[in-house]
Amino acid sequence: MLGAHKTKLLFLAMAVMLAFIGFIQSWNVSLAILNLCLISAIMTLGVNIQWGYAGIVNFGMMGFAALGGVAAVLVAMPPVTAGWEAGGLGIMGGLLAAAITIILGLQAWKRLAGQSRRRYWITALIVVAGYTVSRLLIDPAVSAIESIESAKAGYLGGLGLPILMSWVVGGLLAAAAAYVIGKISLGLRSDYLAIATLGISEILIYIMKNEDWLTRGVKNVNGIPRPVPYEIDLQESMWFVQLAGDLGIATDELSSIVVKLCYAGLFIIVLAGLFWLSETALRSPWGRMMRAIRDNETAARAMGKDVTSRHLQVFVIGSAVIGIAGAMLTTLDGQFTPASYQPLRFTFLIWIMVIVGGSGNNMGSVLGGFIIWFFWIESEPLGLWLISTITATMDDASPLKIHLLESAAHMRLMTMGIVMLLVLRFAPQGLIPEQKR
Amino acid sequence: MVTDVLNALVLIANFVIVPGLAYGSQLALGALGVTLVYSVLRFSNFAHGEMMSFGAMGTVLMTWWLQSQNISLGGLPTALLALPFGILGAIALCLFVDRTVFSYYRRTRSAGVTYLIVSVGVMFAIGGLIRFIIGPKDRVFADGDRFILKARAFKKMTGLSEGLSIKTSQGVTVIAAIIIVALLFWFLNRTKTGKSMRAYSDNEDLALLSGINPERVVMIVWIITGALAAIAGSLYGLDKSYKPFTYLQILLPIFASAIVGGVGSPVGAIAGGFVIAFSELFVTFAYKKVLGYLLPDAIAPSGLMQILSTDYKIAVSFVILVIVLLIRPTGIFSGKTL
Repeated sequence: MLGAHKTKLLFLAMAVMLAFIGFIQSWNVSLAILNLCLISAIMTLGVNIQWGYAGIVNFGMMGFAALGGVAAVLVAMPPVTAGWEAGGLGIMGGLLAAAITIILGLQAWKRLAGQSRRRYWITALIVVAGYTVSRLLIDPAVSAIESIESAKAGYLGGLGLPILMSWVVGGLLAAAAAYVIGKISLGLRSDYLAIATLGISEILIYIMKNEDWLTRGVKNVNGIPRPVPYEIDLQESMWFVQLAGDLGIATDELSSIVVKLCYAGLFIIVLAGLFWLSETALRSPWGRMMRAIRDNETAARAMGKDVTSRHLQVFVIGSAVIGIAGAMLTTLDGQFTPASYQPLRFTFLIWIMVIVGGSGNNMGSVLGGFIIWFFWIESEPLGLWLISTITATMDDASPLKIHLLESAAHMRLMTMGIVMLLVLRFAPQGLIPEQKR
Repeated sequence: MVTDVLNALVLIANFVIVPGLAYGSQLALGALGVTLVYSVLRFSNFAHGEMMSFGAMGTVLMTWWLQSQNISLGGLPTALLALPFGILGAIALCLFVDRTVFSYYRRTRSAGVTYLIVSVGVMFAIGGLIRFIIGPKDRVFADGDRFILKARAFKKMTGLSEGLSIKTSQGVTVIAAIIIVALLFWFLNRTKTGKSMRAYSDNEDLALLSGINPERVVMIVWIITGALAAIAGSLYGLDKSYKPFTYLQILLPIFASAIVGGVGSPVGAIAGGFVIAFSELFVTFAYKKVLGYLLPDAIAPSGLMQILSTDYKIAVSFVILVIVLLIRPTGIFSGKTL
């Protein structure tokens, strides 16, 4: 009986929990959690496409999410004209030189196959020469760009286009990166693939942290334009003040609730669209083929399926979805902070979401995204409450009590790990198991 | 002229060779643990960084207690006295994790990917436990003399204008690493238990047929891994400072070392550790002063002459990892690839 309605019941429970937070803490907190739940759900959809459909282990989500963030900066921020005049040409020339180097290097590597010693030397020579040329072009340009109004600008800026476009661009950017990464690493064994993707995504983050001309590095890009109205504009308009008066809510509180609702609306549209697409894909012959490859690669290959290029395809699609979510996250934050991309938050937490929700099942992944994000945020007050209850009888000055109260915040890391281990051990199918088709 | 060359050499020794030897030893010890688990249990242990951190935490806590009792080793860091405690802690943790978590997947003969994801869960759980016990802050627990050789003393001794300094922690690290590696190789190649371990790693079925008890082999692997992790973690903490987050960051360079050397090959793990450490330092070293000594003043460079900025230090190890995976996935010493 429970089976048929389990999905509905679980989502209902989730809604009740969010509403509960709304009543107990505040609707602002509840909506803030909801928005990030929605973004997490999109990221889990992306991972589910790779892991659930095809069995590819991608530990590089953080890099793709960050690329989405870069897209938000490059699309929406106004261009810094002075920066372009000072060093635009040098940067472009340097990047062109780097691209030519890569093409030449690959060509030499391919053409000289079989002549092992000459192959290494000539390729190395091309790489070193190309690197030197592009550094000579880029370095002066970079210092010229970074010296322009370094407190405010110091980078090239973006294109000044509407921010919503960046969600598409973020997806495309992540897809392009995934194509290259997939070409390099999809041939590897699964655990090498996991390590390689983690490593490559760390490299991407390092570049974003340190190439100030592109992303302002650790100085962060603030004030990224919004797709929704600003609180301050709402508070100043007549109709809004009247509405707040009618509802009996303070204007500043209502304004931030409205803004969050607008975001939630946009996110729900994207999530619903992507969900519909993934479900359709999973039901189609393509989805059947992916499952066949996942369950028995050798048999699928024997049936004439091109496993390598299907893997590449699914890797690119999943990464694009993560890139879209990354662009949405930066849009929601209104700022791009490269230092905030950490594997703990962006890679491993997302994996827990997929596993707890149920890999191979889109509905399950979405639910996992909601539940895990909810508890990731709420476990802090919960843990604090738990510890205070346990230590209630202790003396206030007791060092053990002080230590326990201080460390309550770290309980969530341990709890997440234990939840993940318990699910893997006792319910490897997750909360909503994959449907048998 | 000769002094110029000597000055240049001392400069490189001070900023690349000495730190490289210490960092390389730490990576090598870490990579040895990863490689051992891989060769016998056949999975990449993502929890290894946190196991190192746990062992180091044991050492830190014991060091604090010893310091409060005014027990010290004179010039040497007290942490050396506390290290056995850290080792025991890490071994207990490894055995506990294996009994409660990994043994189930061994019994059900799960795929390597499952182990991998399970080890991520273990990583989370241990990481949380560590932060719960000791907190996320930076902890300094090194004491005793800070330097074996001070830059000023070296300058006075040799009359050169560049100084060479060797920190006590660096010296301790290198010497400890040599002793540990020697012991480990003696164990693997000379003792009966070590041989049975290698046999099990080479061919599981054949080893079972010849009467080797798999559970015992697994237990010994975890004991060695725990000890290696605690030593590597404590030495790393002693050299820099103990901060739980850094052990998450060092995980990738350790994997890189193990893979570059050839996963499953202990010699490879050591070689890989030094390859990664030295390339990180050589690539991010500013050659300006060295070239200033070696070249005539007229063509001395004005820039820093760095191949990559220091910010990219850790990224270098990932780049090497990716290149090795592309060109020679079996690593330098042709480890296992399934």
